[in-house]
Amino acid sequence: MSALIEIDRLTKRFGSFTAVDDVSFTVARGEVLGFLGPNGAGKSTTMKMLAGFVTPSSGTARICGEDVVDRPVAAKRHLGYLPEGAPTYPEMTVAGFLAFVAQARGFRGSEADDRIAHAMRLTTLEGVRLQPIETLSKGFKRRVGLAQALLHDPPVLVLDEPTDGLDPNQKHEVRRLIAQMAPSKAIVISTHILEEVSAICSRAIIIARGRVLADSTPAELASRGPSLDAVFRDLTLPQEAA
Amino acid sequence: MGGALTVARREFAGYFATPVAYVFIVIFLIMSGALTFTLGNFFNRGTADLQPFFGFVPWLFLFLVPALTMRLWAEERRLGTIELLLTLPITQWQAVLGKFLAAWAFCAIALALTFPLVLTVNYLGNPDNGVIATGYVGCLLVAGTYLAVGAAISALTKNQVIAFVLAVAVCFLFAAAGSPVVTEFLSTRIPALAEIARGLSITDRLNGFSRGVVTLRDLVFFASFIGFWLFANAVAVDHRKAD
Repeated sequence: MSALIEIDRLTKRFGSFTAVDDVSFTVARGEVLGFLGPNGAGKSTTMKMLAGFVTPSSGTARICGEDVVDRPVAAKRHLGYLPEGAPTYPEMTVAGFLAFVAQARGFRGSEADDRIAHAMRLTTLEGVRLQPIETLSKGFKRRVGLAQALLHDPPVLVLDEPTDGLDPNQKHEVRRLIAQMAPSKAIVISTHILEEVSAICSRAIIIARGRVLADSTPAELASRGPSLDAVFRDLTLPQEAA
Repeated sequence: MGGALTVARREFAGYFATPVAYVFIVIFLIMSGALTFTLGNFFNRGTADLQPFFGFVPWLFLFLVPALTMRLWAEERRLGTIELLLTLPITQWQAVLGKFLAAWAFCAIALALTFPLVLTVNYLGNPDNGVIATGYVGCLLVAGTYLAVGAAISALTKNQVIAFVLAVAVCFLFAAAGSPVVTEFLSTRIPALAEIARGLSITDRLNGFSRGVVTLRDLVFFASFIGFWLFANAVAVDHRKAD
């Protein structure tokens, strides 16, 4: 099986507003797909549908061949998902929160402990393991969300703005982590930071007003104009005005 | 079922991670005790039983249980953690059941902590402990019905105050449906509705339990009432989760 993520003609309408309009793409193992677009372009809604949180109005999304609507639990087992804003339960400790996620993912006993320890090591959370999450800084909270998504070593990772709120060193750490995991997984990240796309993504999709405007490698996209920034503006600004 | 228990365990620990649990339990114990001994005339009644206590519990729960349920879903929606919870490999039904079970277990603990009352009547006289046991079962079932109602309403809103007020109002309807005021009013004007109101009354059902009478009809009533509201809860979560 080559494509771990298959999205086919996915559409989401809220009343008369179409948030995601007929989006199709696939992501194979080893690919890191950067999802780009202005705020409100439909990035998060697409990711929410892929994660099985928002029900599509039409079209299908499959993770490792499992349809997210028809077989939601099977699809979610293969998925590590970092929701927008990295929500966590504020009153829980880091270790307690990860233990809950491990249990919900069906890990018990020493296997759960090993998974939690590994996820904390990957995201350097060991120092704060017994602190309540509400006492942590924004960067740490984001890493707790990331640890939760990586815990079960899923073949598919969907990360909504994984580096938002991190300082430059932490951003570098997270990018290194993503690059390191890339060969064995299919990864989708959304971001506003265009340099991040050039740095870690093997492919970029630009989306605005719910439609896919470009689907190519970051290098090819950048070569269409003076810089990736300029290409992004040229593609999305006319859409915003329309 | 495993998924439901995982959710329940987290939720249950959450009560004790914040002052919610302690405030709830302390207020419940003080109020139930005070009402039993003062308004309930515990000493002067001359009978060794817990009738006055069982009479007050549904009215106490009417205000306290919605305080427990108001945050169940509203808080998840406000924090955005609902997105995390529902993208874990558990079904929505397991999440609904888990939250309900956690809150129910918590109410069971609050009820169990009224044990000094049981010791007191046993010290003062020779009560029928079987009747006391069924009375407690009845109270727990009443807590379950209020919880199911409150949790379903909590799933409809992000606002905890709205969840609380609506839950109290809806629970009050079912609590008051069997009271003499309501049934007399209805039977003189709309006799058909009077029967229905009495049939849906939670306090009427509890009366049997607190007298030691447990009928299959009452058990089926509580089970289907709770089941219906949990189903409504699951539907509400499914439709409103991403709003």
